Amino acid sequence: MNVRHHLREDLIVDYAAGHLSEGWSLAVAAHLAMCAECRKAVAVAEAAGAALVEELTPVAGPEDSWEQLKARLSAEPAPAKAAPVAPPARKPELPEPLRSYLGGDLSDLKWTNLGVAQQILIKTGDKETQARLLKIPAGKPVPEHTHGGRELTLVLKGSFHDEVDSFGPGDIEDADGDLVHQPIAGKDEDCICLAITDAPLKFSSRLLRLVQPLFGI
Amino acid sequence: MHRRKSARLPAKDASMSDSEKPSLPAADMSEQIVAIAMSADMAAFETLFKEYAPRIRAYLLKLTRNGQAAEDLMQETMLAIWHKAGQYDPARGPASAWIFTIARNIWIDAWRKQKRPAIDPDDPALRGEPEPDAANLIVQKQDHDALHRALQRLPQEQVDLIRLSFFDEASHSTIAKKLGLPIGTVKSRIRLAFGRLRTTLEEMK
Repeated sequence: MNVRHHLREDLIVDYAAGHLSEGWSLAVAAHLAMCAECRKAVAVAEAAGAALVEELTPVAGPEDSWEQLKARLSAEPAPAKAAPVAPPARKPELPEPLRSYLGGDLSDLKWTNLGVAQQILIKTGDKETQARLLKIPAGKPVPEHTHGGRELTLVLKGSFHDEVDSFGPGDIEDADGDLVHQPIAGKDEDCICLAITDAPLKFSSRLLRLVQPLFGI
Repeated sequence: MHRRKSARLPAKDASMSDSEKPSLPAADMSEQIVAIAMSADMAAFETLFKEYAPRIRAYLLKLTRNGQAAEDLMQETMLAIWHKAGQYDPARGPASAWIFTIARNIWIDAWRKQKRPAIDPDDPALRGEPEPDAANLIVQKQDHDALHRALQRLPQEQVDLIRLSFFDEASHSTIAKKLGLPIGTVKSRIRLAFGRLRTTLEEMK
């Protein structure tokens, strides 16, 4: 069950540099938890960032910079040794950081019915994006929710496919606004995915702006 | 046109002012971090501070363009290094990368007031183990100079692009404006540059 659809390099570099906002970072981090290859790529990008920092011309600070730090340290406790963490009773289905954002594992979730699909809106401090969990019944089409911006969709469980490709657990689809397709959930089990979209700021129609909050799309 | 370079040269293009004069890579600090974790070793911490404070300050100055903020955030970074030294795991990467990620996270948290979701490396739900390959080994065995050598083998314009990605506060749109290119072009060039860096690391094995 290998991951076949990975993070594009611009996302990896942006995540390593710290330039991705919270919503996009959530999808990146959830994919990283499911994909060792991309974890490695981020480690390489961070090592490259570190190498570039080392090559910067050093900047001298105030003369008493070290003295100031030492003074603050003497007011603080010694560094804490890492405490051993008890392993959980059973292996969770969802990885961190998703469990923390959702307040639990897959079996703890309270879904909202959208008609054919179910969803959970995920709260972030990020006004640029909207994050949600979607559950599409086996064999059913993924509801249309593209709106012209970027969209990251990470499969957590089950699968979906369209005419050209299929996406299984750990696969991430990085779609620009010009992608038009109608994906369908695999027929063997419900498909659960994490979807991050640009915040819905782009609707020009006044009517759409009015109904938009009602549907949370 | 790709220009191979054998040494760090000042950029010709004024918009690439991020290019720096040659500066020696910092010394490896893994021993110092372990000493801080084991025995709250103040001498080791001072060595690390002398080596890294001016570089972290330079990095944070690029991101914030504010001298006082750069100094304050550098001090916060050093405090975090002191407190988190016990979490440093040499098997997960070189000390320089660990120090870099701490400075970066302090910048996101304290300056940008944002969150950066990340994996929990001890999460039992974590999937897959990486195949041991060259890029991985270089990162893991702390080949301190490998990244510098790989960066030197890249064409100057690709290094400049990676550098802008790390040091420009506002990401691709700003880079696109700076270079007068469409944002899609900037993204695909960053993909190329980083792909090239990884291939170069593989070839160096």
